[in-house]
Amino acid sequence: MENNAFYVALSLLLNFDAPLYQIVALSLQVSLLAVLIAALLGFPLGAAVALWRFRGRGGVIVVLNALMGLPPVVAGLVVYLLLSRAGPLGEWGLLFTPGAMVIAQVVLVLPILAALSRQKVEEMLGEYREQFVSLGMSRARMMPTLLWDARFALLTVLFAGFGRASAEVGAVMMVGGNIEGVTRVMTTSIVLETGKGNLPLALGLGIVLLTLVMLINAGAYLVGEFSRRRTG
Amino acid sequence: MTSMNAPLLASSALLSPPALRFDGVAYSREEKALLGPCSFTLDGIGPTLVMGPNGAGKSLLLRLAHGLLSPTQGRVTWSDDRTPRQAMVFQQPVLLRRSAVANLIHALAVNKVPRGERVKLASGALERFGLTACAKTPARVLSGGQQQRLALARAWVLSPQVLFLDEPTSALDPAAIKAVEAAVREFHQRGTRIVMTTHDIHQARRLAGDVLFLSGGAVREHTPAEVFFDVPASREAQAFISGELVE
Repeated sequence: MENNAFYVALSLLLNFDAPLYQIVALSLQVSLLAVLIAALLGFPLGAAVALWRFRGRGGVIVVLNALMGLPPVVAGLVVYLLLSRAGPLGEWGLLFTPGAMVIAQVVLVLPILAALSRQKVEEMLGEYREQFVSLGMSRARMMPTLLWDARFALLTVLFAGFGRASAEVGAVMMVGGNIEGVTRVMTTSIVLETGKGNLPLALGLGIVLLTLVMLINAGAYLVGEFSRRRTG
Repeated sequence: MTSMNAPLLASSALLSPPALRFDGVAYSREEKALLGPCSFTLDGIGPTLVMGPNGAGKSLLLRLAHGLLSPTQGRVTWSDDRTPRQAMVFQQPVLLRRSAVANLIHALAVNKVPRGERVKLASGALERFGLTACAKTPARVLSGGQQQRLALARAWVLSPQVLFLDEPTSALDPAAIKAVEAAVREFHQRGTRIVMTTHDIHQARRLAGDVLFLSGGAVREHTPAEVFFDVPASREAQAFISGELVE
């Protein structure tokens, strides 16, 4: 029984094993910060693309939609090249730090938040447009109103972005380096510990990650239900 | 838009509302003429009821007058050479996904009413339209009649000089219709120019000061209500009033 990996994993979790929880904490910090930054940039960007008509708008929408499926290793590679000693941002000395991991995840999540918020805001604008024009609102004035009125939909989008950030492994592995106690997060240590044959720790982290994904989806579901009741 | 305050309201009731003038206004989309060219002036005290069968161009005329659409020909002008404060109430009220009171506060904020005055003005309007009890209720879960009253309250807080209403009662039950008509009279008494479309001839009889009758994208008649209902001049209007199916 005591050699059973699953049993050991549970005991690690229940005994609040310090290395395990350190890894979980860093994962959450990196992904939450990345999603926060991506939201501050991505939501206004999405709303702006929904509101303004300009040359090449169709191209911007196609690119945003395509980048939603950006492979994490490609995002990792791009950020690696930017941050490496010889790269344009090499002076920042961020490579193999949590900062680099945050940047890589922002690159991954930003297109998701921008593309999905563009859709939501545009849908809502179709419904509100005449009333907004009647009220004499400029496009710039419409933006905060639309973003606030789409708040429940955008919260679900935020969950989707966080799910993507916390579950990916390629980008953080490449730019973080999986350094113990510094840049080791859940996904990278699952890869490492599995390779080493340390299945209990890998499984324990797997359980935490799975639980997190469950909670995210439950949250998205509850937000959806709540908003349906609020807005009829 | 200018800020709104009580003295301004009191005096505006004494002045006649700004006159609306259509000068050869036409609207077409993809080569298809949908309205006009038509010319008329709304300078009486109103309310002006825009009547006519479905597809006659009533809503289009309202949207051109309000500036939601630009005419493809001709000009829409106002008597004092500047666009008056105006508001529009739609057939399906478009309400924000917020509480009733937040909808009014938003409209006030958009019109740059000082922050400190917004709540007071909003609660006043909610009270006037019998919505105080649902001030905190999400606007979109209100009943159809309450939603339309909230749309009227939103127009009210903006103190428009001109109010457009596009079939505001077509989806409502009799009690709600009565409330909307009472509200329209209140706007009228406050000196607001009312331009309202309806296809309900009884409603037009109850409210109209003058009638603008449209059919087939053309203005057939613009006459005082008594004249319109007693001795309609155009053949189309005669048929409409006698209950024939006019196209």
